[in-house]
Amino acid sequence: MNRRQFLKIAGASTVLGLGGASAVNGFRLGVPAAARMSLDPRALTAKRWGFVVDVSRLRTEEDYQKCIDACHNIHNVPTFKNDLQHEVKWIWKENFEATFPGTEHEYMNAEFKEKKFLVFCNHCKEPACVRVCPTKATFKREDGIVMQDMHRCIGCRFCMAACPFGARSFNYLDPRGKNPDGSPLIRVQSQTYPTRTIGVVEKCIACYERLAIGQQPACVEASNGAILFGDLEDPNSEVRKVIGEKYTVRRKPELGTQPSIYYVIGGSEHA
Amino acid sequence: MYNGGKIIAGLAVFLAFFLFPFYYNLGKANARPELKTDTPAIREWAQKYGKKECVESKDFMRAEHMQLLNDWRDSVVRDGNRIYTNAEGRHHLMSLQNTCLNCHSNKKEFCDKCHNYMAVKPYCFNCHVEPKENKS
Ligand code: HEC
Ligand code: HEC
Ligand code: HEC
Repeated sequence: MNRRQFLKIAGASTVLGLGGASAVNGFRLGVPAAARMSLDPRALTAKRWGFVVDVSRLRTEEDYQKCIDACHNIHNVPTFKNDLQHEVKWIWKENFEATFPGTEHEYMNAEFKEKKFLVFCNHCKEPACVRVCPTKATFKREDGIVMQDMHRCIGCRFCMAACPFGARSFNYLDPRGKNPDGSPLIRVQSQTYPTRTIGVVEKCIACYERLAIGQQPACVEASNGAILFGDLEDPNSEVRKVIGEKYTVRRKPELGTQPSIYYVIGGSEHA
Repeated sequence: MYNGGKIIAGLAVFLAFFLFPFYYNLGKANARPELKTDTPAIREWAQKYGKKECVESKDFMRAEHMQLLNDWRDSVVRDGNRIYTNAEGRHHLMSLQNTCLNCHSNKKEFCDKCHNYMAVKPYCFNCHVEPKENKS
């Protein structure tokens, strides 16, 4: 067979649905033909999920910590005491300069200089991490969530190098281990969600497992209205209303990754 | 026979050693592990639906549960599905930790017992959390 014949057959069989992808996806070995796998009817769906963080509504230390704990406790994210090198985080605090680099200046409002900002995976529309992942462990879902499949992660850390927001953490140590003072790294173990192991990368997954059963992301629920979550493509959604009415900024927009977290800066009518 | 007694005694000792692995394992190799399916969740299910049952038939599960779990995990993690409707039309949440191990909460007496017998060592529980009653 020459090249031309090969391409003809390959083309014809693709048209007939016999091609590679359909052969893999078309039939399943693992479950009986009569079985079905489907969405939970309660599942929340959207064209493109996004967040709005109202900076003025996060003031006390407790306001931030409630959101962080809500996330880290239900997902078994380890807390390393005084050990920044091995730190694992899905949602955390940053100062102004690290959150919006290049926009700080010497005469800046003192409050903003001191202020902390809640940051987490931006679930970018053009995610750099997805482009570099060699195993498709990280991928973009139809609804815009940048998902991380722990089963496929080989720990190469390309995604960490690619992400401009530092949203990804590598498990340098066994997350089921202990701090030097003997306390377990996972403070409150969730029995319903897995841990991770040494050697894989992890990050915020927009609580896809909660959306799947009709619940809002954990940080949103714990934030007392400071974090909103909704469909960016739906002009009537609450997030779009806020974005339409107030001045919002995104992190490092110049990089073109199109983050899906919008920060409301200085919206003092809530204060 | 010259030195017959010693030869026969020697042979007896030799055979005793040589055959040791065979009679030591007599009966053991065939002793299939007994799997207990008597857990609170299974009893509850049996009360509700009139019989003990798994997510699929016992024969299917015995042969295919690893493949089924593979499909479940891809479907959940990659497609966001959560509901499994089995060949008989019954619904189950697709979860290793919250479905399989809810019913088979005696993991040590069930999954582990068979896996040890078959010399299989799934690595899933490096991440997935085992039922509490198994922690020793
Ligand atoms: C590196 C850690 C890790 C390992 C190892 C791992 N998993 Fe998972 N698994 C996860 C995470 C994290 C999820 C997402 C949990 C969720 O969405 O509720 C998950 C989800 C799943 C799900 C669907 C949701 C659920 O609650 O079960 C299945 C099924 C599953 N894994 C099966 C397996 C099997 C089978 C193995 C072993 C062959 C395995 N996993 C090994 C981390 C792991
Ligand atoms: C509703 C309760 C229930 C759930 C959920 C369940 N099982 Fe079972 N399972 C059973 C019962 C009861 C049996 C015994 C069936 C019988 O004796 O006919 C069984 C049998 C089995 C067997 C065959 C054992 C043998 O004797 O050969 C395997 C393997 C198994 N289950 C694995 C699983 C896995 C893996 C999952 C998750 C995908 C699961 N089970 C979910 C109740 C359950
Ligand atoms: C009747 C015996 C039996 C029982 C009971 C059983 N398994 Fe298995 N399991 C096996 C065998 C045999 C294999 C290996 C199959 C192979 O290698 O193809 C296996 C493989 C697996 C694998 C894939 C491992 C890998 O490394 O690919 C998973 C996951 C698994 N079992 C989970 C379970 C869970 C969870 C339970 C209990 C709910 C369970 N099994 C109960 C016999 C059993």
